[in-house]
Amino acid sequence: MGDTKKNWPLWEIFVRSKNGLEHRHFGSLHAADAEMALENARDVYTRRNEGVSIWVVESKNVTASNPQDNGEMFEPAQDKVYRHPTFYDLPDDVKHM
Amino acid sequence: MKKDLYNYILGIADNSLILAQRLGELCGHGPSLETDIAITNISLDLLGQTRSYYQYAAKLAGEDKTEDDIAFLRIERDYKNVLLVEQPNTHFGHVMARQFLFDVYHLMLMEQLQNSKDETLVAIAKKGIKEVSYHKRFSSDWVKRLGDGTEESKEKMQEAINAMWRFTDELFDVMEADKAMIEEGIAVDVSKMKETYYEKVSEILEEATLEVPERKYFTRGGKKGVHTEHMGYLLADLQYMQRTYPNMTW
Amino acid sequence: MSEQEVKNLEEIFEARIARDEKIEPKDWMPEKYRKTHIRQISQHAHSEIIGMLPEGNWITRAPSLRRKAALLAKVQDEAGHGLYLYSACETLGISREEMYEQLHSGKAKYSSIFNYPTVTWADMGAIGWLVDGAAIINQVPLCNTSFGPYARAMVRVCKEESFHQRQGYEIMLTLCNGTDEQKEMAQDALNRWWWPSLMMLGPTDAESVHTEQSMKWKLKRKSNDELRQQFIDQTVPQADILGLTIPDPDMKFNEETGHYDFGEIDWDEFWQVVKGHGPCNKERMKARVDAWENGEWVRDAAMAHAEKKANKKVAKAS
Repeated sequence: MGDTKKNWPLWEIFVRSKNGLEHRHFGSLHAADAEMALENARDVYTRRNEGVSIWVVESKNVTASNPQDNGEMFEPAQDKVYRHPTFYDLPDDVKHM
Repeated sequence: MKKDLYNYILGIADNSLILAQRLGELCGHGPSLETDIAITNISLDLLGQTRSYYQYAAKLAGEDKTEDDIAFLRIERDYKNVLLVEQPNTHFGHVMARQFLFDVYHLMLMEQLQNSKDETLVAIAKKGIKEVSYHKRFSSDWVKRLGDGTEESKEKMQEAINAMWRFTDELFDVMEADKAMIEEGIAVDVSKMKETYYEKVSEILEEATLEVPERKYFTRGGKKGVHTEHMGYLLADLQYMQRTYPNMTW
Repeated sequence: MSEQEVKNLEEIFEARIARDEKIEPKDWMPEKYRKTHIRQISQHAHSEIIGMLPEGNWITRAPSLRRKAALLAKVQDEAGHGLYLYSACETLGISREEMYEQLHSGKAKYSSIFNYPTVTWADMGAIGWLVDGAAIINQVPLCNTSFGPYARAMVRVCKEESFHQRQGYEIMLTLCNGTDEQKEMAQDALNRWWWPSLMMLGPTDAESVHTEQSMKWKLKRKSNDELRQQFIDQTVPQADILGLTIPDPDMKFNEETGHYDFGEIDWDEFWQVVKGHGPCNKERMKARVDAWENGEWVRDAAMAHAEKKANKKVAKAS
């Protein structure tokens, strides 16, 4: 074995706490395959009745944006105030809008 | 009738208690943190079932008996668990073989117990069935992983299955007290489950690329209170506090 | 990167933390920040895992079914907490296996209190009450620490841990309301666990090497001595309710300061245990190494099986 040894990979765990809510990232754990990841997630992250549905994604399959690109990625959205309702001035008399 | 029911309940409950005790020994010593947590969950499920059964049995017994009196203050000959569940945690393969061979039986029992005429037992079975289904899924998956894993794991898993196999036949023995309860429609006639059990077990073992041992030589005795030599030590741990400090509240 | 550039980045980085912004794993961070966090978080994780052992010692001997279930659930939580913390640490680019390797080789430290033996059932009470009590004082401020994954793990840990201390105190309370023998058992446990619990909050400020930097990074909010005083002030009245005596003849409420004065801590003992010569250091390490080594064939088999399954899937698809 030695160098070729493969450890259980890391998985990201998403749990829906109840129907009507989205799956939320709960944490991560190790498992040999997807089935084991589901079972481990059930035992690790829902022992206190925290969930009704679980997604597992192997961590290496997550593509993440790079914080160094945060300027070009996210700042251009900052000044687009016209996307927000408060940008538009209406007299106070106008109701239900 | 009450005496028979009491004995019948203990016959089921003791299996859960003794297996929970064995699994409890492993807490902190599993092959990975995740597996450790999973096995502890199984132990906690079994312990919860044990308490429901014993609380019911204590009520039947009257005389201010408590669940703890039943759990801790009997002599070895009065524990009626099957030999299978008291077998030691020799290695992880043994733990999973023992669990798997018990879970398949346990789930079938719970499914049948749902139809009992005794409401309390039905309630316990209905709750237990969900827990035990998961146990069976967990242990079957591990039997397959270890059976169809590496050369070494296959060898170890086969050895473990072989070691546990001789305790399986006892699961289906019907005791004298059970007979009356079966007639009343309260107890499950486990003798009728035997063939289906071995079919189900064989199916998983084959999937795990393991050999199904011959159904030839079996050891029995637990249901009559005649245990293997491991049992005394298990009880020494289990009963230590209650025996050393009698009649105290904890 | 030039030295000047690194210095600029560091300034920006420190300013972010000062503004209470969180640092996330992919953000740029000074190497020292990464190293310090790996050390502290893994140490914290190791403490949870080693901490399972002294309490695990009593699972099979718990005196009632209710206590057995509670203890099992508690020790299981500690496994969970270790897992959350290892995961948080892994985001810094170290694997769990590497962290285990550091633990098993003795390179990594863990809370030295777990090197004391649990010799009676009352120790389950004393650990829950005192050790978890001290741990909570240490941990609550970490829910706001600067490194996001650590802070999030700590929020979960603190939420789950709230039952641990109550569980311990309830055990003590039951013993103290019980027979003379039981009360004696409780007092004996307090006698043995009191001083190690005080040591658990770390060396005195004068001796503590990391404090200033850790304060800046919000790995620490109060100094060891402040935390220790807080622990003592809240624990002494709890001992009074139990009717137990704190094993410190110098323990006295100081009207002027509003705090309890207390006696000299035996720091020689502390350093001896830290350096590996406590009553159970070797046993604890052996238990962990055994579990890991005995589990190797199991972990390998699971990987081999997963690969076989994946290959079958591919073969089927093509």
